[in-house]
Amino acid sequence: MQVSMTVNGRQRSDDVEPRLLLAHYLRDVVGLKATNIGCDTTSCGACTVIVDGLSVKSCTLLAAQAEGARVTTLEGLAGPDGELHPMQRAFREEHGLQCGFCTPGMVLAAIGVLADNPDPSDREVREGLEGNLCRCTGYHNIVRAVQSAARSGPAAGQVPQGPEAAR
Amino acid sequence: MIPGPFELVRATSVDEAVAALVEHGDDAKILAGGHSLLPLMKLRLAMPGVLVDIGGIPGMSYVRVEGDEVAIGAGTRHHELEKDAVAAAEVPILPCTAGQVGDPQVRHRGTIGGTVAHGDPASDLPTALLALGGDVVVQGPDGRRTVPLTEFFLGFFETALAEDEVIVEIRVPRTGSAGWAYEKFTRRANDWPIVAVAAVGHRTGGVGGPYGVALANMAGSVVRATATEEALARGASIAEAAALADEGTNPSADMHADQEYRRHLARLLTRRALERAAAA
Repeated sequence: MQVSMTVNGRQRSDDVEPRLLLAHYLRDVVGLKATNIGCDTTSCGACTVIVDGLSVKSCTLLAAQAEGARVTTLEGLAGPDGELHPMQRAFREEHGLQCGFCTPGMVLAAIGVLADNPDPSDREVREGLEGNLCRCTGYHNIVRAVQSAARSGPAAGQVPQGPEAAR
Repeated sequence: MIPGPFELVRATSVDEAVAALVEHGDDAKILAGGHSLLPLMKLRLAMPGVLVDIGGIPGMSYVRVEGDEVAIGAGTRHHELEKDAVAAAEVPILPCTAGQVGDPQVRHRGTIGGTVAHGDPASDLPTALLALGGDVVVQGPDGRRTVPLTEFFLGFFETALAEDEVIVEIRVPRTGSAGWAYEKFTRRANDWPIVAVAAVGHRTGGVGGPYGVALANMAGSVVRATATEEALARGASIAEAAALADEGTNPSADMHADQEYRRHLARLLTRRALERAAAA
């Protein structure tokens, strides 16, 4: 069946099987490999992407359910000149990652946390990220990164709308 | 993990969804948020040949006051209910409970109709709804009918919903400022309750006593703590009534808890829930 959606600002239309999951669509059809598939059971959040402004786990959504939606993956965050999104910058500066596997989902979920609450407490960040697991257990620096991003201004809680730069 | 193959029908109205269910019989399943169904399909525990997607039907997400009741559209997502001002004022246990389902990503997709239709004995919102009492409005080939919530959850993932019916609305009494509490016990973040208890004060006392009390994960379905409700109606103290919370239940035993531990949790959480509700 035909599915159409905007991925990182670019309109797409592809012929897919109805059972194709959004995570597989993004990785294997669109070719955007930042979206990791971890547990594949809606638990770990590594596959988190933003669909119409809200974080979702793309392993538990059919590509067909994103029909007409605006989808943002990690590749869609940096500016046209490669300038990092404030949340990406904060994760780098605060060492909010170790192995990096959870990072794409963590960064996108964290943007969602700030979109909801621009000045979250430590506990509110932890609760906002309860759907994302870091197997390195690097949570302290992740929380620090989200709070640092919050202090950097409102852009840290916003999803860029324009076409992605790198692709 | 990849679901088995299926045909996807995108319904644009409830009538169309019902027609697709009639046409395909028990080979068809309704897809709402998909956060219970798709995991089952990925594990191949469910392999429907046809999925009827109701996510694109307009007008299925709303919370509004209608007389003494609050009407909630079946397509209302958990995060919408969590933040809804009408629900917060009229039936505050629901936004609070909705905010404890899964994690933010799950709440962005899951719907109240979906969690009610799924019939999981460990689910949060059905527990709160059962404590409230009220009705499930379903639509089938012969039109709409209303099923009391107390008659809706029949057993393990079994409900009163017929295979050619779609849940369109949930109706619950307005509780306003009456006391309430939802006590959920988990070992891990974003998990289902090992046991949970919902308690809601009723302004009319019409639901078997001054408080409706319901339990998650204490039987094949969510159940009312009938003995506790009746004891409260007779004037028993909270401690006396809560000590009866596990009466008539049949909790499962699993890696998280054995039966006796779940019974203990039911009594303890019921006491906490009633104390919090009474103090409100």
